[in-house]
Amino acid sequence: MEKTLKKILKESIENEGNLISILQDIENAFGYIPEEAVNWIAGKLDINPSRFFGIATFYSQFHLSPRGKNIITACCGTACHVKGSERLIDGLRKELGLSANEETTKDMEFTLEKVNCVGACSIAPVVIINRKVHGKSASDKLLKEIRSIRDAKSENK
Amino acid sequence: MGTGGIAAGGAEVINAFRTELEASGIKAAVSENCSMHKVGCRGLCAKDVLVDVIINNNKTTYQYVKPDMVSRIVKEHIKKNTPVSEWVAGEDYHNFHKKQLKVVLSDCGSLDPEDIDAYISGKGYEAARKILTSVKPEDVIGIIKASGLRGRGGAGFPTGVKWEAAMKQSAKQKYMICNADEGDPGAFMDRSVIEGNPHAVIEGMIIGAYSIGADKGYVYIRAEYPLAVDRLRKALSDARTKGFLGKNIFGTKFNFDIKVKLGAGAFVCGEETALIASIEGQRGMPRAKPPFPVYSGLWGKPTVINNVETLANVPYIIRNGAQWFASFGTEKSKGTKVFALTGKIKNSGLIEVPMGIPLREIIYDIGGGPEDGKLLKAVQTGGPSGGCIPADMLDTPVDFESLAKVGSIVGSGGMVVLDEDNCMVNVAQYFLQFTQMESCGKCVPCRIGTKRLLEILDRITKGAGKEGDIELLEKLSSDIKAASLCGLGQTAPNPVLSTIKYFRNEYEAHLQGKCPAAVCKALLTYYILEEFCKGCGACIRACPAKAITGEKKKLHKIDPAVCIKCGACFDVCKFKAVKKE
Repeated sequence: MEKTLKKILKESIENEGNLISILQDIENAFGYIPEEAVNWIAGKLDINPSRFFGIATFYSQFHLSPRGKNIITACCGTACHVKGSERLIDGLRKELGLSANEETTKDMEFTLEKVNCVGACSIAPVVIINRKVHGKSASDKLLKEIRSIRDAKSENK
Repeated sequence: MGTGGIAAGGAEVINAFRTELEASGIKAAVSENCSMHKVGCRGLCAKDVLVDVIINNNKTTYQYVKPDMVSRIVKEHIKKNTPVSEWVAGEDYHNFHKKQLKVVLSDCGSLDPEDIDAYISGKGYEAARKILTSVKPEDVIGIIKASGLRGRGGAGFPTGVKWEAAMKQSAKQKYMICNADEGDPGAFMDRSVIEGNPHAVIEGMIIGAYSIGADKGYVYIRAEYPLAVDRLRKALSDARTKGFLGKNIFGTKFNFDIKVKLGAGAFVCGEETALIASIEGQRGMPRAKPPFPVYSGLWGKPTVINNVETLANVPYIIRNGAQWFASFGTEKSKGTKVFALTGKIKNSGLIEVPMGIPLREIIYDIGGGPEDGKLLKAVQTGGPSGGCIPADMLDTPVDFESLAKVGSIVGSGGMVVLDEDNCMVNVAQYFLQFTQMESCGKCVPCRIGTKRLLEILDRITKGAGKEGDIELLEKLSSDIKAASLCGLGQTAPNPVLSTIKYFRNEYEAHLQGKCPAAVCKALLTYYILEEFCKGCGACIRACPAKAITGEKKKLHKIDPAVCIKCGACFDVCKFKAVKKE
């Protein structure tokens, strides 16, 4: 971890970065913001870690706990909402066995997160599974996709 | 090839064309007679992927192109010159464009956004060159003022006036910022402009920076728009290579360069003082104005913040003259406006229309009316800060003043069409959920006020509303509007107020325990109609809650105690046997 952080710190100083860009680099490198990473950087820069956490909790892009291997992003923009994204999300939650406040499955396989708008409103409702955009999504198609990801995993075992 | 086109399979279609063209022996001719371009979004995203085939200046547009259709198009059209008529875009496609007037989008969809030479060959950067080498800053501002250009980000502040105030500041260091933090859900104008024609935005920034005397610029753009970020970065580096950015631009003494700053996902950062705080690397919280950023902005220096679309207008105004631009639109709202037309409408996509066009023409002539023959209920404009315009007010002209008069706003340009299946209380609740989540928490009226508003709406949609709740919503809304610090809180109650104003009956129905549009989950039940159910089992397979039982070819049943009301059965039933009420 330290090697990665050293690189992030060095690049940040070269590019006149700031706390946000450092956190963005950490998030990109680890998939979330590990507490020890913040403490390490904060120590090097002599900035109180609380300032980092203040920013990390303010912006929705940052995650303080590790996320699943497969990321499902459900768009909750207006167009998606009026075309039934909420029902899609309920169905996905049920399929993944997530309660209303949980984002990641216990086996760390799936994370289901909502975003405000991905700006692809013409093909609403939109759900992104592992960076692949599924437009005009229907519940049954999404469940199929998730089951196939799961099956692929159990076959590999 | 905008985000929508790529999601619909644009890249696969391009690859298919590439292989097919090479395989069919046209290879030798590819470089001479046949070339292929990627272009930015051309608007009608609902019919993606769109492909133009141009032979001897004869243009044919195909719609819904899939990779497996490519081989036939190449064989019949490109080799034998007989277009595949059943795939050619029909009347809808042409009607969609007929009533539009394209300024900002004029080059989107015909220009390769990743090729700076394509932009230059269409007079690109000529406006900047002319301004920097032969026009005084105050005269540039004169042109912009005369054009009547107003900010396209939502508030509609006159751009020339903003620039003039910044120009008059004596500070040595000034900043030019492009606000591409398009946060309104249901809006994608700025994304499409940057994806389709990034150089117009850069050129606009150069002209603006020169006018106010700034040598540093920033584009603050959402990280949720990866394609736009990539194209913008490429455009900036190409412009730098050509000498349009950097030191001594066009051989003058003017220096200017632009950095990209990625937003980290906070809606409030679209507010200019919050955006500044975010660029400085802090929590994006707004501060009280005045002082306005033109006096004290980024790091306390005079700063102009313009929206993407505003800046993209600038080179076209300089090229064609202030009078040309002012000839479009109404007396107080000049020029055109880009809208993202989405929701329950046939031709959803990106449109650009002259200011003052009646809403009806947008919905019916361009948009082709509501989907599936449903009844139009309302049009929501301006996102979470805007309001709903009911179907019987469709003759309202779309400009800053007229929309404000009916309780909505032009806003950044989101336009979401709602039909009879949408519940207006649910729509208001949706927006409040959004603003409440995105409230930065700095001022009490917004932080606690929106929370209380949402709680009332929540209980109304759950059938637990109380007598007097509607009046309470109205009272609380007006207090939040009056007392909030920034635009987010000041406009957050608008969706509630406008839906109460025009759809009070729906609120009242909820208080009686009914959701007329059958949307609010707590107020409806799903059941299967005996006379339509064929016992096919599709709903049983689709149900994630295993709430449906029944043998093959026999009536299926939904157990209301297990049903999560997700609607999966409703969607899959081909016989319309699933009912909700």
